[in-house]
Amino acid sequence: MPITRGFLGKRRPERPDRLPPGQYDTGSGWPTLTAEATPKLDVEQWSMTVDGLVDSPQTWSWREIHALPESTYFGDIHCVTTWSKFDTTFTGVSVDTLLEAAGPRPEAKFVMAHSTTGYTTNLPLEDLTGGKAWVVWDFDGKPLARGHGGPVRLLVPHLYFWKSAKWVTRLELMERDRPGFWEQNGYHDRGDPWLEQRYQGDP
Amino acid sequence: MGAAPAGGWTTGTIIELDHPTDRLVRLRFHVEDRVDHLPGQHYVVRLRAPDGYTAQRSYSIASDPDDPLLELMVECLPGGEVSGFLHDDAAVGDVLELRGPIGGWFVWEGDAPSVAVAGGSGVVPIVAMTRYARRLGLQDQLKVVVVARTWDDLPYAAELQRYGAFIALTRENLAVEGGGDRVAAPPYPAEVEDLVAGAERAYVCGSVGFASYATRLLEDAGVPTDAIRVEQFGETG
Ligand SMILES: Cc1cc2nc3c(=O)[nH]c(=O)nc-3n(C[C@H](O)[C@H](O)[C@H](O)COP(=O)(O)OP(=O)(O)OC[C@H]3O[C@@H](n4cnc5c(N)ncnc54)[C@H](O)[C@@H]3O)c2cc1C
Repeated sequence: MPITRGFLGKRRPERPDRLPPGQYDTGSGWPTLTAEATPKLDVEQWSMTVDGLVDSPQTWSWREIHALPESTYFGDIHCVTTWSKFDTTFTGVSVDTLLEAAGPRPEAKFVMAHSTTGYTTNLPLEDLTGGKAWVVWDFDGKPLARGHGGPVRLLVPHLYFWKSAKWVTRLELMERDRPGFWEQNGYHDRGDPWLEQRYQGDP
Repeated sequence: MGAAPAGGWTTGTIIELDHPTDRLVRLRFHVEDRVDHLPGQHYVVRLRAPDGYTAQRSYSIASDPDDPLLELMVECLPGGEVSGFLHDDAAVGDVLELRGPIGGWFVWEGDAPSVAVAGGSGVVPIVAMTRYARRLGLQDQLKVVVVARTWDDLPYAAELQRYGAFIALTRENLAVEGGGDRVAAPPYPAEVEDLVAGAERAYVCGSVGFASYATRLLEDAGVPTDAIRVEQFGETG
């Protein structure tokens, strides 16, 4: 690809080892990007379901999910719109805990995450297991803001952030992969920031 | 929702470049093997330094799909890495890496009576929609409300006015045809009532703050929350 005449670049990362290709450090900021009007979600009405190819589908109310063992993520997050945010702290429950209760069937290979808004995003099951994914309600010790998916969102920090569905309400286990909302609109099915899997057709 | 067209990385040559105001640069590209877009989609522009360092940003398409060139309108942000380069350094004849079209949600194909509410540089994808609507005689199907601080802060101000968009300036008065001025203020619900009436879908584009203001305005005017599609231009919030 051609060198851009006259372009030297300004924002070279100070910590390039932590910054995936094509990303910049957004510092203390946290950009909000949403395709829909932000819903007002009533925690009394909200519930979290794990179903599809599982032995026993499970649903937790707001109170029930808080009674599960708490789990915290500390680390970086990366958005396909090219910002990364270092040293974030999210608290909630590990997706492993939810899956354990439901018992995924052997043929379950993929997951569709669903939001109250109808937003969906697809993930390989193995990207949600082994301590790699959470359902979270606190950010930096405070309730997660509505604009960032509060009161509750999925957190899959090793993938681009559109996979971390805001206002998550259901994880559906599937045998075959099926594109979610952005994936139908040209985004990558997996979304690994280190491989720069932004759009369909990327490696 | 059908699959929208999507294109891979290619290159674009700048054929025309001008600065409609101090803060805006309009770029028109010939795109190698261009994939036709839908009004509302965007491209990624990638700049590459001699040592391989790259910076890439998204820019909405302003041009009608029928236009032989691809048009972008970029607002220069103080200290902005990519917008600053495009504003100050890019020139006719330069070849840039481009990827697009991208995005299949914030698109309007004339398939539903709609209203668009845009602020500042958020008008760009709406301009593509109005150009498309004009060509197909669908102006009745797309009503437009735009908000900016001043006339000069509003990309395509004159064109939007000709289209019949309702324009609200918040920091200067706007001369209204037939006499009188519209006093500087955000749009009042009563001013947009007629434009919103009958809309089955709404498009909101602008900064995070603007988007929440505009969705509230639309909800107050009776547009269901799930009929509103939002595109935000990466401001921190
Ligand atoms: C789908 C989509 C469509 C878009 N369409 C358009 C469009 O049509 N027109 C348009 O103009 N824009 C559009 N944008 C926004 C665009 O992608 C860029 O975000 C914008 O041009 C700014 O990029 P930049 O590289 O110039 O600024 P950046 O370098 O990213 O900086 C942004 C701001 O942050 C400040 N900043 C950055 N880094 C630092 C730092 N280290 N310290 C202090 N301050 C800092 C800069 O001074 C600047 O004000 C769109 C965005 C999206 C997501």
